[in-house]
Amino acid sequence: MKPSPFAYSAPTSLADALSVLAEVGADGKVLAGGQSLVPILNMRLAAPAHIVDINRIPDLGFVRVEDGGVRVGALARHADIEGDDAAYGALPLLRQALRLVAHPVIRNRGTTVGSLAHADPSGEMTAVLALTGGSVELARQGSSRTVFADEFFLAPLESAVEPGELAVSAFFPSPVAMTGTTFVEVARRHGDYAVCGLAAMVTLEQDGTIGQARAAYISVGPTPVVLDLTEAVHGQRAAEADWAAAGQLAQGQVDPEPDIHASADYRRHLVGVLTARALHEAAGRAA
Amino acid sequence: MSEPAGRAGEQVYDVVLHVNGVLRPASVPARRLLSDCLRHDLRLTGTHVGCEHGVCGACTVLVDGRPMRSCLMFAVSAQGSEITTVEGLGTPDDMHPVQQAFRECHGLQCGFCTPGFLTTIAAFIEENPEPSEEEAREAISGNLCRCTGYQNIVKATLRAAELSRDSPGEST
Repeated sequence: MKPSPFAYSAPTSLADALSVLAEVGADGKVLAGGQSLVPILNMRLAAPAHIVDINRIPDLGFVRVEDGGVRVGALARHADIEGDDAAYGALPLLRQALRLVAHPVIRNRGTTVGSLAHADPSGEMTAVLALTGGSVELARQGSSRTVFADEFFLAPLESAVEPGELAVSAFFPSPVAMTGTTFVEVARRHGDYAVCGLAAMVTLEQDGTIGQARAAYISVGPTPVVLDLTEAVHGQRAAEADWAAAGQLAQGQVDPEPDIHASADYRRHLVGVLTARALHEAAGRAA
Repeated sequence: MSEPAGRAGEQVYDVVLHVNGVLRPASVPARRLLSDCLRHDLRLTGTHVGCEHGVCGACTVLVDGRPMRSCLMFAVSAQGSEITTVEGLGTPDDMHPVQQAFRECHGLQCGFCTPGFLTTIAAFIEENPEPSEEEAREAISGNLCRCTGYQNIVKATLRAAELSRDSPGEST
């Protein structure tokens, strides 16, 4: 339960970090919060030759409300974002989801951008990025690019971050007016990986009827699964909408895998129940 | 940086950690976990090591006042931060309110998990001086105890908050 030996760099500027990452290429692994990486190293599931510790780079820990959304830096800890009232005001879904990310102590160290780059199919923040249509800013020596959520998550534990690149920030767009959100999940124990979970977003029309209902699911696919469930509830009044129908619609569109924690059928069952529950709750917050 | 030691060719780093108010030098390879550095290099064996992958919470220490898993940090990364281990919370004659509360409420049996609970709760009651029982349960949800069944730890958490309120300024 100790990591294999590795070469170590702790650059003190973004430019230095990109230079080291360019040099070490595919041998390099970025260490930010380390709450997913270090367990993997301790269990020797991975043995990167070179660890690039970005914790000494100043100015990457920001949580910033920008025009149209919230941008968080590579060193913004989950707890920093969860506790940021301005970020909550701009996008309540951030705090709603972060409360469910592991345990408070893990959130003190783990970073949101790191968890996106890790691309765990049960990572809550992957669903938030996917549902909001957010993006990740990737920098390499001499250039940078913006990758949107639908192209960022490639496979379980595989994101679009390439060797030599550093995920420097993530942007989560705020929803339009009259939109309510929530994040619900079922886990064996509080703080454990979710057996099934979803971020939900409901937008009402001026007359109070449902204009749009969407959700993004974790733990039921290789990457976050975004579904538009509007057709099941469109035009209905939020108070008496047929949320169960939206749940059934969602069930038909997911293809979960079984594992030791839950069968595929149970996960599909949860998709139905949790979808109805989440959309109902989100709609209640939309007015 | 000094001569390689231990495994052939493995680079050793000279670090100075700020632990419980004291600057402590150590020579460690980059892969030395903070938990192992505290225990083996600095001989602060109050920090316990259980699962070594962040699940059990026994190794929790305060880093710049925030509880973190010392088994999920490298000692080289901890340089420059103020670290508080259970040894830094209080002494038998001058216990921290959390330690006092654990004694009063019988919040431990074998004691293996206790250092992690104490550090976690010490930070929690600073942040939330009047927690509800539900909040107390959530605060300790990342720490495992196989003896007590948690009831007395929840009681101790609430009692610690009470003791801190009664004697402000005594907690770290």
